[in-house]
Amino acid sequence: MNTALPARYTRTAITLHWVLALAIIGSFGFGLYMTGLPFSPQRLKLYNWHKWAGICILTLSALRLLWRLTHKPPVDPPMPAWQARAAHATHGLLYVLFFAVPLVGWAYSSAAGFPIVVFGVLPLPDFVPVDKALADAIKPFHKYLAFAMAALVLAHVGAALKHQFLDRDGLLSRMWPARR
Amino acid sequence: MKTHLAASALALFVFAAGPAGAQQKLIPAQSDISFTSKQMGVPVDGKFKKFDATIAFDPKKPEAGSIAFSIDLASAQIGDNETMAELAKPVWFDSKRVPMATFQSSAVKAAGPGKFDVTGKLTIKGNVRDVVVPVALTQAGGTSTATGAFVIKRLEFKIGEGDWADTSMVANDVQVKFKLALTGVGAL
Repeated sequence: MNTALPARYTRTAITLHWVLALAIIGSFGFGLYMTGLPFSPQRLKLYNWHKWAGICILTLSALRLLWRLTHKPPVDPPMPAWQARAAHATHGLLYVLFFAVPLVGWAYSSAAGFPIVVFGVLPLPDFVPVDKALADAIKPFHKYLAFAMAALVLAHVGAALKHQFLDRDGLLSRMWPARR
Repeated sequence: MKTHLAASALALFVFAAGPAGAQQKLIPAQSDISFTSKQMGVPVDGKFKKFDATIAFDPKKPEAGSIAFSIDLASAQIGDNETMAELAKPVWFDSKRVPMATFQSSAVKAAGPGKFDVTGKLTIKGNVRDVVVPVALTQAGGTSTATGAFVIKRLEFKIGEGDWADTSMVANDVQVKFKLALTGVGAL
């Protein structure tokens, strides 16, 4: 193994990973809960919070992508080639969804005539027109993509647990917040 | 649906029986009445598809003018179906019970070249309030266009009752904007 390469992700990468993990899982659960509520001020509030969270996730994901592109990740521990390929494909798809899910949600909100005002003070531009037919067409995709991300997250977590408890190759320590 | 038709027919009848001096006609296809409310800082636009007016107005004698308006609240359009269905409910417009919002002017005053202040009574959901509506009139090719905007306090008309009376969720101020194309208005 080439010891000149970093064995762990950078502290910034680790922080972004875990903050976004919590934010994404939280927003996913929040989204499932709020869509089942009857029309009420409470639901309106939760929808707005969900949108604010989505914009935060989008922003942090942009920073994370920039960081990822400018900082080399640690090398993979030895594993079958197909597993390495599957892992990298999952990471790639997750990155796509980090952007796609909030952007599609934002587009739906705009098309439905509810522009996003982050924290109630920062109005975001609409990048699609206000159009009921468009809103109805976009709406299911926010959910489909979020569920696709949930499936990938489960695969990602499952693979990390396999490395930790079956392979015992120390892969998880590359991303674990605590020092070894 | 039948009650809407009946209400519309009734409204038409009321208009037909309106002031005999009414010569000006509204061109609905070129007119717009829209409203903007704010939900947690988010401006949400809506518009009314059905409205009518009875106008007897001479720009040279504004104080003799009379302007009456009727808006079908059930024709309110908002981007999202769920919100639109909600809007018809008793806590909001209650448009099944009182489908029409009306305005009847009591005084019209000149307020500058092509500008008028129209004072009158606005009735929504059976709640009556005095409002002053600033109107700007422009004329081109036989069509006069009246534009203006004013703010109403939704709670004064009991629009959004119960839990929805919370103005930190839905602001009390609602902006109403209009653009009305009219024929038969005398020259400015």
